[in-house]
Amino acid sequence: MPWTKLYVERQEPHFDHDAGQAVRKLSYGEAIREALDQALAADPNVYVMGQGVDDPGGMFGSTKDLHKKYGGRRVFDTPLSENAVIGMALGSAMCGLRPVSVHNRPDFLLVAMDQIANHAGKWHYMFAGRVKVPIVIRACIGRGWGSAAQHSQALQSLFVHTPGLKVLMPTTAFDAKGLLLAAIADPNPVLYFEQRWLYKHTGDVPEEMYSVPIGQGVIRREGKDITIVAVSHMAVEALRAAEELAKLGISAEIIDPRSLKPFDEQLVLDSVKKTGRLLVADLSWKTCGFAAEVIATVTEKGFASLKSAPVRVTFPDIPTPSSYVLEEAFYPGVADIVSAARKMVE
Amino acid sequence: MNLTAEQIIRLYRSLIRIRKVEQKIEELYPRDEMKTPVHLSLGQEAVSVGVCSHLKREDYVFSNHRSHGHYLAKGGDLPAMIAELYCKETGCAAGRGGSMHLVDPQVGLMGSSAIVAGSIPHAVGAAFASWYRGDNRVAVTFFGDAAMEEGVFFESLNLAALRKLPVVFVCENNYYAVCSRLSARQVNERLTARAGAFDIPAYQADGSDLLSVYEQAGTAIAAARSGQGPVFLECLCQRWRGHNGIGDPGRENYRRSEDLDDAFRRCPVEIFKNKILAQNLAPEADIAAIDEAVDGEIEAAFLFAQQSPLPKKEELGRFLFE
Repeated sequence: MPWTKLYVERQEPHFDHDAGQAVRKLSYGEAIREALDQALAADPNVYVMGQGVDDPGGMFGSTKDLHKKYGGRRVFDTPLSENAVIGMALGSAMCGLRPVSVHNRPDFLLVAMDQIANHAGKWHYMFAGRVKVPIVIRACIGRGWGSAAQHSQALQSLFVHTPGLKVLMPTTAFDAKGLLLAAIADPNPVLYFEQRWLYKHTGDVPEEMYSVPIGQGVIRREGKDITIVAVSHMAVEALRAAEELAKLGISAEIIDPRSLKPFDEQLVLDSVKKTGRLLVADLSWKTCGFAAEVIATVTEKGFASLKSAPVRVTFPDIPTPSSYVLEEAFYPGVADIVSAARKMVE
Repeated sequence: MNLTAEQIIRLYRSLIRIRKVEQKIEELYPRDEMKTPVHLSLGQEAVSVGVCSHLKREDYVFSNHRSHGHYLAKGGDLPAMIAELYCKETGCAAGRGGSMHLVDPQVGLMGSSAIVAGSIPHAVGAAFASWYRGDNRVAVTFFGDAAMEEGVFFESLNLAALRKLPVVFVCENNYYAVCSRLSARQVNERLTARAGAFDIPAYQADGSDLLSVYEQAGTAIAAARSGQGPVFLECLCQRWRGHNGIGDPGRENYRRSEDLDDAFRRCPVEIFKNKILAQNLAPEADIAAIDEAVDGEIEAAFLFAQQSPLPKKEELGRFLFE
C-alpha cells in the first residue's frame, strides 16, 4: 500500500487563505479530479466507477477524461443499479481493491441503503475485523434550478446515525482534495458528500498529494461571542454572516467540522467554552439531524459553558420545493444565521 | 463421471461432516448454550459439498443466513464455527457475528449476510477483483429461492453478465421462504429462465443427489473459470427443518404431507452412501472409519467451544473500524 509514505498531512488555516502566487488555485471540482487522478496513479488497486464517470462532462468535471488516462478497466460507467453497484464495490474491497463509487446525487443512495447501512457499515465489526471494506462513496448534493425534492437531499444525518460509516463533507477546494485522498487511503467505508454550489469556488490547492486528517475540524474564523458550527455550503453562508455580525459588534467563531463522523467534538467544546453560545447551521433537516447531534453533545459535555440555549439553523422538515420563490423560503442562509445569532447575543 | 475412490471418500467425508455437525447442534441446542438463531442445512448438505468440491482454496464464497454447510464445505475451521455458535471470543467472528455470519477469509469465505440476497452483489465484486488482477479465481454466491424475489438479484445478474465476470450464482431452491411456498411468491417455478433473460447459461441439479450437484457444478464452474462470464446453477433441494431453530413444529400446516414424505425419503447422505456401496465406489470399512473420525472431530470442536472464554464486555466497541 503506497499510502503511508506518500502522505503529508496538511492543515488549511483559513477558508479565505491566500498564499498568493506560491500556491496554485483550483476549483472544488478540479481538486476532486486531481485527488482521483493522483490516487489512481499511486495505487493500482484504486478504481473509479459510477454512472456517467466517463461521459463528456465527467460528473461536473470531477472525473473528466480520467478514463482516457487510466482506461476503461479502472474508470468506467455502470448500470443504474445503485444497490448492486455499491455491493460490487464492497465485494471487490473485501478482496483487496479500493473502489470509489460515484453517484450523481445522494438521493440515489437511498436505493442502495441496504448495501450501505446493512453491509458496508457492519462488515468489519460483524466479522471481527477479519474482512476489511475500504470503499469510498461519493455523491454531490444538489440545489437550485428547481431541483426539487428528489435531486437536492442532503442525507448525511442518516449515515452519521448508522454505525461503522465515516462521513465527510468538504467545503473548500483544499479540503475537497485532501479529504478525498484521506478517504481513499482509509481502510473503512467512507461517504464523501460534495455540494453542487461549492463547485464554483476556487482555492489554494497544493500540487502534491496530501491528506486532511479525518475527524479533525477547522476554525474558519476566530471569534469570542458565539460559536457557529457550519457544515459544507453552510460554512460559506456562516462566513458571510460573521461579516454582517462583525458590523453589529458581534464576534462569531466559525467552525467547519469537515468530518461529521468521526466528529471533532473537542474543537467545538473548547470554542463554546470561550464564547458561551452555540449555533449549528447544517444543510439537512432539523429533526434528528446533525445539528441536533452537535447540540446534544455540547449540552451533555459542555453545559456549564452555555450562556444561552443553543440554536439550529437547518432545513425545515419538509421536502425541497421546486419553484424558486419557495426555494428561497426553504433554504436558510446568511439572514437566518445573523438573525438567530443576534437574538442569542443581545 | 469418473471419480477415484479417494475423491469419493473426500466427498463423503465433507457430506457426513455437515450432517453430523447439524445433528449435534440440534441435539445440544435445547441446553440454551448456543444463544444464536440457527438455520440448519439438514437436507441441503449435498449442495454445499457438490459446489465447493470444485473450488480452490483461494476461490471466493459468499453465504447467507443458512451458512453452516457453505462454511464447512469450503474448508472453514470447525472449532471456530462452533465457538461462534457458543458466542465465544474464539469464534470465527469473535462472538460478533453468530450463526448467520460465519466467515473464514483464509479459505475464501468472505462473509455471510442475513439480509436475503445481500451477498449476491459481493460475489460480483469479488469476481471483478479477480478479473481486475487476472488471477483466475471464481466467486460463488449461495442463496435461496426467495432471494430471487429481491431486486439486487436481478441487478447483480445484469452487472455480472455485462462485464462477463466469473460469478457462480447458486440457488438452493428448497421451495420455502420461512413458511411461504414458492408458488405463493413467484409467477412460475422455472427459476433457470430468469438467468436466461440475461444470457447467462443455467444448469439444474438434483440437490439431494451429491453426484448430480457435483457434475452440474463442475460444468458450471469450469465455464465461469474459462472467462465466458457468469453461470447460474439451481439445486432443487429439501429443507428438513423449519426456517430456523431446531425441529419444525406445525410443519403439517404449511407443507403437504406427500412433500414431507418425499423430502425425508430423499436423504442426501443415504442416496450417496447407497450409490457408493451399490457401485462399489469405496470400501464400506472406509466409510465407517470416516464416520468415527468425524464424530471425534465434532466432539473436540464442541469441547473447545464450551471451554473457550466469552468476549470481554469492555471490548464491546472493538472492531468497529479498522
